Amino acid sequence: MAKHHVEAIINGDPAEFLCGTEQTLLDCLRDELSLTGSKEGCSSGDCGACSVMLDGRLVCACLVLGVEVNGKKVETIEGVAKGDDLHPLQKHFLQEAALQCGICTPGFIIAAKALLKENPHPTETEIRYWLAGNLCRCTGYDKIIAAVQKAAAEMRGES
Amino acid sequence: MGNEKDHLEAIEGKEKFRYIGTSPIRPDGVDKVTGRANFGADFTANGMIHGRVVRSPHAHAKIKSINIEKALKMKGVKAIVTGQDFPKIDPSDKVVGEVVVSFYDMSQNVIARDKVFYDGHAVAAVAATSIKIAEEAAALIEIEYEVLPAVMTVIDAMKKNAPVLHKGMKTEGMDPVPKRSSNVASRAELKLGNATEAFKDADVIVERDYTAQTVHQGYIEPHACVAEVSADGMATIWSSSQGQFMVRAFVAKLCAMNASKIKVIPSEIGGGFGGKTKVYLEPLALLLSRQSGRPVKMVMTREEVLRATGPTSGGHARAKIGAKKDGTLVAAELEMEYEAGAFAGSPVKLGCMTGFAPYNLKHVSCIGWDVVVNRPQAAAYRAPGAPVAAFAVESAMDELADTLGIDPLELRIKNAAVEGTQAPYGVKFPKIGCLETLRQAKATEHYNMPLGPNQGRGVASGFWFNIGGQSSASVMVNPDGTVIVATGSPDIGGSRASMALMAAEVLGIDYDNIKPLVADTESVPFSDLTGGSRVTFATGKAVVEAAEDAVNDMKRRAAKVWDVDIDQVEWKDGIATCIETDIHKPMTIAEIAAMAGKTGGAISGKANINAKGAGAAFATHICDVEVDPETGYVQVLRYTAVQDVGTAIHPAYVEGQMQGGAVQGIGWALNEEYVYSKDGQLQNTGFLDYRVPVASDMPMIDTVIVEVPNPGHPYGVRGVGEVPIVPPLGAVANAVSHAIGIRMADLPMSPPKILATIDAAD
Repeated sequence: MAKHHVEAIINGDPAEFLCGTEQTLLDCLRDELSLTGSKEGCSSGDCGACSVMLDGRLVCACLVLGVEVNGKKVETIEGVAKGDDLHPLQKHFLQEAALQCGICTPGFIIAAKALLKENPHPTETEIRYWLAGNLCRCTGYDKIIAAVQKAAAEMRGES
Repeated sequence: MGNEKDHLEAIEGKEKFRYIGTSPIRPDGVDKVTGRANFGADFTANGMIHGRVVRSPHAHAKIKSINIEKALKMKGVKAIVTGQDFPKIDPSDKVVGEVVVSFYDMSQNVIARDKVFYDGHAVAAVAATSIKIAEEAAALIEIEYEVLPAVMTVIDAMKKNAPVLHKGMKTEGMDPVPKRSSNVASRAELKLGNATEAFKDADVIVERDYTAQTVHQGYIEPHACVAEVSADGMATIWSSSQGQFMVRAFVAKLCAMNASKIKVIPSEIGGGFGGKTKVYLEPLALLLSRQSGRPVKMVMTREEVLRATGPTSGGHARAKIGAKKDGTLVAAELEMEYEAGAFAGSPVKLGCMTGFAPYNLKHVSCIGWDVVVNRPQAAAYRAPGAPVAAFAVESAMDELADTLGIDPLELRIKNAAVEGTQAPYGVKFPKIGCLETLRQAKATEHYNMPLGPNQGRGVASGFWFNIGGQSSASVMVNPDGTVIVATGSPDIGGSRASMALMAAEVLGIDYDNIKPLVADTESVPFSDLTGGSRVTFATGKAVVEAAEDAVNDMKRRAAKVWDVDIDQVEWKDGIATCIETDIHKPMTIAEIAAMAGKTGGAISGKANINAKGAGAAFATHICDVEVDPETGYVQVLRYTAVQDVGTAIHPAYVEGQMQGGAVQGIGWALNEEYVYSKDGQLQNTGFLDYRVPVASDMPMIDTVIVEVPNPGHPYGVRGVGEVPIVPPLGAVANAVSHAIGIRMADLPMSPPKILATIDAAD
């Protein structure tokens, strides 16, 4: 079966790719566009390692079909830093040692960024519930929560 | 820094450390927060095709026939392999250590030959030009099975007339060896003194049966690799594992190849916890590549990960402890049966060795049974064997404290193992920090906080050996005086940072001027895998020695330039100074490196060691829970992990190990378990229903780092990574038991189980 031609804005730049009917957005990002920063941990929307923004909404790229993003905006981990200027979340994940193996980190950063856009003053509980769809098996979440709190404070201009 | 005395002197001067004990940003950090880091599934090769595995839907069956004809004819299919394509391995081909590694079993686990032993057991593998074609072709492979009755639990497997998984399996460790085949692979026994007699002196005896279920390591990154065999037979494997040399050795063995023909390039590893100390896909990908002449990529789905990799053993334990009225322990017994999964080799012996290790006991008896069942072959999982043993022992200690009316930490303090205590597993403990963790736990604010209704507090201790082993390191001084530190140890949780810190300390140069790297199998000498909490200890020791070697080299160069004896050269803060006279201007590492061409060529240091003197790790955890009597739901309110780490090289990552291990243990205690159908099919094959803890389940995990330096390491390092998972099962169970007033001895303590327990008591 012929592949579909998809045009989308990915991390601010126009991109086009061919995509099979069954291919997920995650497959397309990783295999067609070589954007391997979004990770596949489950392909069932349970682990959040493939979190991306689709037209400003947080989604699991493994639950979206590639053809669905035609004409839409996709933001992935590759677009979070501007050159070597890291986003406050990236900076605080590093400073707080909020990653051990690092496989879940891209998803956490995308999801946390979405949270802070919606709620710049999240409580610890709000952060924990927002990030409940992102699994981390290494850290026990403690330092991730702390990193998000510090990044939020910095983004509010408090530090 | 050759001997223990020197080590201790160095450690005691700890306030002089410039780099050790700081928590700088890890060298590989930026790549990991920007999505640039390459994990197992992120690698591609030109001309690459994709492999899929055909797995057994049956828990136990004979393979009567495999027909690959239709699949082979499919367009795009490039190779198909089955068990018959692999070299036969002799059953006697094994490495005997604490856990036996049988290459015969390993070969059958990678791909079944005559029988399948668990739901998800690999039977065939196919490579095609796309994943879709590979999947379609996999469905066309016709396999005829003769289904056999499945044996799913140790209780069923040990029954007299149980179906036998492996004909010819005779229980090792029995005297005499039984004549009949059974599912009991071995019996391990550990004895200290005479427990049976000593129990007669006890004023109080507690005794109970405990059960724990199979759980998975739950790393977020599924197993993945790319293998490429060129026409001259040379193979390259890119894979995510805990040891590139482990992958090379196992693949060489299973594919009957020479190690020099296999190059293994480690990717970043997305979690392992012991589960990536084995090979699953690599031998299959290699044979598929050899057959097709193309690089073959294989990536597991989460379902495959749960059905066919990991897990760790579930099992039963009976713990019995006798004490005097004042709390002095007089005797203890532990008998355990662990599921090995499909092939022998559960960590039950390690459970026997660790269970009572935190206590000073003169009379101990531990018996462990290693039992095969139709589940995936158990893999290591953080302190393998210890958590379930500690669950039983620490629950029994708690029950004893309740019975005697003694504070549970006070009871442990009274009986704690100290330097000189004879451990039940044989050693006399050197300097250890067991007592210190207990005292510090007792002094925490947490332990002294009041509790509300339906709340309970539990404490538990735990022990893990930690290991040393073979490690290699190269320290290469660049012409500008910056340094590369190469080791063969995959960085699973920030060890690059620890390596750089230790090298910085020896070299006296900035952490940022050191680049640590994890090299492939052809760029550094052999190293054992990342496991056993050994890397910061053993590979760290190699890095320290290699850095010292480089410093000596640079001192030699300076001596040559100044025309003085080498012992006239002092090395401090990255600068060589002549002690004898001040006519020679001190030289920085950059100056010495810049003139290396004139003083003998490139500057480097190396160390290849088999590190001895690993320091035992002890931890004590405190857990507060609230149990909802209406639903049986357990909320963890507060959690504190106290651990003797020897010396914390990078304290933030040390805390991270403590917190992560604690949360894995909480998951084991409360949520996680393998759920099988009656016929042995795994029912919860995804993260939705194999539920690991999520952020909203957890409180902050407080940590107390205790530092009782290990004299066996130049900076006092003990292993850190494993012991944090040993106490949580008991700590959580004790907390829940106190909250509901009924002893919980069956994990996981899921809401239905707790409700049923409460209801049964009403």
